Amino acid sequence: MEANIAVPNEKKSTWGGGSVKPFGASYGKMMMWFFIVSDALTFSGFLAAYGLTRFKFIDSWPIADEVFTHIPFVHGEFPMIYVAFMTFILIFSSVTMVLAVDAGHHMKKQKVAWYMLLTIIGGIIFVGSQAWEWNTFIKGSYGAVKTTDGKILQFVKEKEVDGVMKYKQIALSDFVTGERGDELVEHSKKNGLWFESGETVSQYSIAQIIRSYEANPDVQIRTELIDLEKKQKTILSREKGAAELAKTKMVVEGANLEVNEYGNTIFADFFFFITGFHGFHVFSGIVFNIIIFFNVIVGTYERRGHYEMVEKVGLYWHFVDLVWVFVFTFFYLV
Amino acid sequence: MAHAHESNVKRIWMVFGLLSVVTIVEVFLGIKKYDSLHLTIFLGTSILNWIFIILTLVKAYYITWTFMHMEGEKTWFRRAVVWTAVFLIIYLVTLLLIEGDYLYSTLAPLVRW
Repeated sequence: MEANIAVPNEKKSTWGGGSVKPFGASYGKMMMWFFIVSDALTFSGFLAAYGLTRFKFIDSWPIADEVFTHIPFVHGEFPMIYVAFMTFILIFSSVTMVLAVDAGHHMKKQKVAWYMLLTIIGGIIFVGSQAWEWNTFIKGSYGAVKTTDGKILQFVKEKEVDGVMKYKQIALSDFVTGERGDELVEHSKKNGLWFESGETVSQYSIAQIIRSYEANPDVQIRTELIDLEKKQKTILSREKGAAELAKTKMVVEGANLEVNEYGNTIFADFFFFITGFHGFHVFSGIVFNIIIFFNVIVGTYERRGHYEMVEKVGLYWHFVDLVWVFVFTFFYLV
Repeated sequence: MAHAHESNVKRIWMVFGLLSVVTIVEVFLGIKKYDSLHLTIFLGTSILNWIFIILTLVKAYYITWTFMHMEGEKTWFRRAVVWTAVFLIIYLVTLLLIEGDYLYSTLAPLVRW
């Protein structure tokens, strides 16, 4: 009868599936696993789209350890180091999470609370680090130039690294001198239209950069095109470089969704979208963890007789860590 | 949960150690890209990339198996979750790799550098 008509039921447990436990898993845990599958497929979709786009531009995609080279508070180039630190923080927070779940199985309230607190702190450090990475990425490190062909040109100088002469990228401020030449000024509400802010004006003008390039014979131009045999970007001769530089359309400092100093526009777009989507998941995970942390402290689960909620929220947190492991590999390593 | 609870904590720290070692190896190879690994192509990408992908799958396996406690779930529940996701992901990636190859081989020669 109950298959075709709704029958009123007074039992509270009906919402949780009643006493039925398929596969021995509670309703909440099974649904969390199914949600994780759907979210994992979403992230796979994004990462696969990233892979396809990168494949399409495989001969001009920016090289990750030339882009992500900074550490907070320290000057100099340390490729990969900060991202490795972020990965460790997330793995460590996963460990504290599973220790909290384990303590929950033994009904040890204090231990659960302590490990959950550590997990929350780890999560906050990760999100803070990701925000710092975004800030550094958006601010830019060197500055570059975009031509009418839509190509990004970067500037390099030959420097000695470990006894070998290599071309190292230099910042615009390293070689550009002199006066702007144009009278461009960034308009704010004070000196422009009261209801609009003006276009961003770069620190150096195009004419200034071209003049400084001509004046400094050490500086050469590096294009996006990668020699796939050597996996290095192409350096242009002084003459070819000057010819490309003559086609400059705008100076690019930093990154936004339309243009970035590292290379193809879509590189920055994917970086923001995928790390942003992941960061959003970490943030929501922290919020869930805080809610469950408070519930642990006031004794909700002691009264309930089991800490399964900690386990469910732990599954979500480990999923977030799992996604980061893949994002880390495909964005920064490969 | 009928299995011995005391060994769990030790096992958790051991898996943490394993994950840390794997990550350190990945980061080290990512910074010091040995030419022998980085420039040799095998089945479409460099050997270095294959090492990264395989190590990442190892990490994913351990996180899912021990941290998410998949090992404790019933067999067919495990498979309902893992086989679904793995099959769909492999299918998607295969199609996109084929398409990406076509896009690159068709469009790249047309770009004026």
